Amino acid sequence: MDLSAINPVQLIAFLMVAATPVLLAAIGELIVEKSGVLNLGVEGMMITGAIAGFAVTVETGSPAVGFVAAAGAGALLSCLFVVLTQFALANQVASGLALTLFGLGLSALLGQSYVGVKPPTTPKVEIAGLSDLPVVGPILFNHDLMVYFGIALVAATWAVLKFTRTGLILRAVGENHDAAHALGYKVVRIRILAILFGGACAGLGGAYISLIRVPQWTEGMTAGVGWIALALVVFASWKPWRALLGAYLFGGVTVVQLNLQAAGVAIPVEYLAMSPYLITIVVLVILSADKSSAPAALGRVFHASR
Amino acid sequence: MKLTTLLASAAMALGLASGAMADDPTKVGFVYVGPVGDGGWTYEHDQGRKAVEAAFGDKVETVYVENVAEGPDSERVMTQMALEGADLIFTTSFGYMDPTINVAKKFPNVKFEHATGYKRADNVSTYSARFYEGRAVQGVIAGHMTKSNVVGYIGSFPIPEVIRGINSAFIHAKKVNPDVEFKIVWAFTWFDPAKEADAAKVLIEQGADVILQHTDSTAPQAAAQAAGNVVTFGQASDMAEYGPFPRVSSIIDNWGPYYVARTKAVMDGTWESVDTWDGIAPGMVGIGEITDAVPTEVRAEALALKDAIAAGEYFPFTGPLKKQDGSDWLAEGETADDGTLAGMNFFVEGLTGDIPQ
Amino acid sequence: MIRLEKRPDPSRGWSLATPVVAVLATMLAGGLLFAALGKDPIVAIRTIFWEPLFGEFSFYYRPQLVVKGAPLVLIAIGLSLGFKAGIWNIGAEGQYIIGALTGAGVGLAFYPTESVFIFPLMVLAGALGGWAWAMIPAILKTRFGTNEILVSLMLVYVAEQLLASMSLGLLKNPEGFGFPGSRNLQQYDSAHNAELIAGSGLHWGAAAALIAVIFAYVLVNKHMTGFHIRLTGDAPRAARFAGVSPARLVLFCLGISGALAGLAGLFEVSGPAGVVSIDFNVGYGFTAIIVAFLGRLHPVGILLAGALMALTYIGGDIAQSNLGLPSAAIQVFQGMLLFFLLAFDVLTNFRIRLGASEVA
Repeated sequence: MDLSAINPVQLIAFLMVAATPVLLAAIGELIVEKSGVLNLGVEGMMITGAIAGFAVTVETGSPAVGFVAAAGAGALLSCLFVVLTQFALANQVASGLALTLFGLGLSALLGQSYVGVKPPTTPKVEIAGLSDLPVVGPILFNHDLMVYFGIALVAATWAVLKFTRTGLILRAVGENHDAAHALGYKVVRIRILAILFGGACAGLGGAYISLIRVPQWTEGMTAGVGWIALALVVFASWKPWRALLGAYLFGGVTVVQLNLQAAGVAIPVEYLAMSPYLITIVVLVILSADKSSAPAALGRVFHASR
Repeated sequence: MKLTTLLASAAMALGLASGAMADDPTKVGFVYVGPVGDGGWTYEHDQGRKAVEAAFGDKVETVYVENVAEGPDSERVMTQMALEGADLIFTTSFGYMDPTINVAKKFPNVKFEHATGYKRADNVSTYSARFYEGRAVQGVIAGHMTKSNVVGYIGSFPIPEVIRGINSAFIHAKKVNPDVEFKIVWAFTWFDPAKEADAAKVLIEQGADVILQHTDSTAPQAAAQAAGNVVTFGQASDMAEYGPFPRVSSIIDNWGPYYVARTKAVMDGTWESVDTWDGIAPGMVGIGEITDAVPTEVRAEALALKDAIAAGEYFPFTGPLKKQDGSDWLAEGETADDGTLAGMNFFVEGLTGDIPQ
Repeated sequence: MIRLEKRPDPSRGWSLATPVVAVLATMLAGGLLFAALGKDPIVAIRTIFWEPLFGEFSFYYRPQLVVKGAPLVLIAIGLSLGFKAGIWNIGAEGQYIIGALTGAGVGLAFYPTESVFIFPLMVLAGALGGWAWAMIPAILKTRFGTNEILVSLMLVYVAEQLLASMSLGLLKNPEGFGFPGSRNLQQYDSAHNAELIAGSGLHWGAAAALIAVIFAYVLVNKHMTGFHIRLTGDAPRAARFAGVSPARLVLFCLGISGALAGLAGLFEVSGPAGVVSIDFNVGYGFTAIIVAFLGRLHPVGILLAGALMALTYIGGDIAQSNLGLPSAAIQVFQGMLLFFLLAFDVLTNFRIRLGASEVA
């Protein structure tokens, strides 16, 4: 056992990359849930974004275009959810699960000719001088653009929810859609926009996996990240910064357990492997003193009856 | 019993029908545990299926079902293929073992081939590949190429197949480099590319400059490429897109020749139940091109080992070898028997860490 | 403009007609998909829906529908009770795994003793295992107010790791030459959940599913607890005034759904599957959530929805083999079926009106 082999600086830098996909998807879902809609289709939208981003990047050679396409594809898939839940007023839990099933199948169909293809590399943002600084350099100044984008998105979401009128309206719709409707807000329109935003974010998260984190295309490669993103939103009590914390915590426990294995720590591996989930539960219990609860209208069907 | 009779008579009727039409193509079924687009295990079996089609053209008809869960689903899919008139069915996952035996009992005229299992019957053969032979070649290259003397190894689950590969690679790395040390990380999943990427990065951070993987995604290759000075090997498929560096060689699952030979045997009526465990010699285990990133003399040594294994002159598990706890395993010149190898559940001396139980 | 107008009462006619309309719409859209993939759409649709029920080999596929549908129905029935009351057990997959582990564990502990008491003990252990696993989110919720969706979901992943660990360690077949996986319970008479009538597909799990359907029907419609469940789902505040204890309801609903999921796992591992292996679970716990909603949380609806899902799985596998359709196409097709079933359901509760809308 040799714990000195674990380099904390590298670990943190690495964690920021590992947490990015789940963070992007979670922030999207957070906005969706703030508007009072529960979309369990995150996994389906992520994997669709993963193949769309991958295919477009391979065809155009530009990861930037690929990420835009991934966001578009995620949003497009979420349109199905919009039709089901906002127009046909179907149950949101079932619609979300159906969306995941559909997305997994669709992505596999679309991706058949992209197995074993190597995508163009996404460049890192290197800032002369800063990237080489000890400790701070690897952690803060040596990542690809999407890592910064993810953190910026957290900050922006927080600011919008807290300080802007848009945020206020979104929260009002999520808390009590009947009251919001009575006040003249377009409940359905606001929710549609939120769902599309959630789809786009999930698509970005998926593309981050297929283009940067792995990078390759294989069927089902998101391997459950979408579900973790859903859990993260609840974990974060619908607060953006806490979602960031949660993403780092969850990714961190996974990375630490792999590090401990490599260092030969004598804890049975299977218990290390289940530790991220157990620790999440424990933290959740600790945080349960915080009584800030879910948006009151979460998952409830809205129909404007005059 | 009623069902069995029904099934048997249905099979019989089909058998008679196909007997009446002599030109009827031989029907070969494949049951896959993953999607053909997994780029690894199932992908390579499907390449084998395509080889059968290429070899026999109109004389053969192949069918497959992918993503078949082990257990009752696989049993249903096999029965379905047999009912639909398959003459030969390849079941390509260890977990299909008991279902294969069950279905084979109901269809005595259909031939079954089960991959990586140990239960046979008159109409059930088993086949597997000696991947550890390829691991020996990798071990030699890894032992020479590492400068930090730390080799990282990503395992899926601690099953005999994976443990055998680790032992074989370690023995041969140690032979050429006595200071070498293996760091082993178990992913505890068959398939999660992101986790494989994490595992590779962790190993690299902890000083490994050679990564061996027993998982099928290219995630470790990409991680090594990003790190810049880390050597990797392709797994299951060639992964040539990451050559000539970091990927310096590979182990390739090559089921094509076996599938073609067995299909031919069914056509000729010479099919018999056998237990096949083939390695480098018949080409079931392929060694991908060793690139120029490997020094000439190392390449020559690796190729010499490969040739010696292929010629049957050298056996990767040859004594003197001790188990991890220091107890004797093989005496000088003694070679391991297939039974011990097949169920291998211990590390050899020098490896650190416990096998998760 | 198209406008929806809520019906005073759900339309009985439409509630029966929508599933049919939805299946027809799926056939149409799915046909287009299959045609786009270069397959004959009519043959493909026929293969999926007709072959398993009335085709040449339906004598084999019909019992398989029971085998495939029974665990889905059994789990979905349990989940539907909680869903009605707004208690979200998303972790049935984990409870299913634990039920299989505890049940099979008890059976294997007795090996090779033969006794008629072994199987009932296993059934008990399976139900208890699932129940105990579901009690974790239930107690955390009632004690600390933690969210049961998150905890039950996380416990699925924990259960999967436990399953892997057990297949590689404690429950590994000592005569299995070091390979992972337990002894095959099909070959251990006292622990084998055999077919009750040979060739029918009816094993104890299917019987339990039918009993659960009846039990749930009676509970929801004739019993006070059922009334409390419905009341809590529709009007939580009113339920509290009516003296319903939310904590007790959480414990009850999660406990029942956990126990049923555990039973489903036990019946599967001791019957159709036979062995505890790393990949024992195949997603029944998640698919059952869909089945529960497709069946509109009604016991009889769930029975029909389970049968429909089983049909698409079996028909889908036949289509893959016979027509060379990729499994992804089948998945997309199933997704479409769910979409249409959910979407057309709107006609049951709403009337579609054409006309100018005054509010959007």
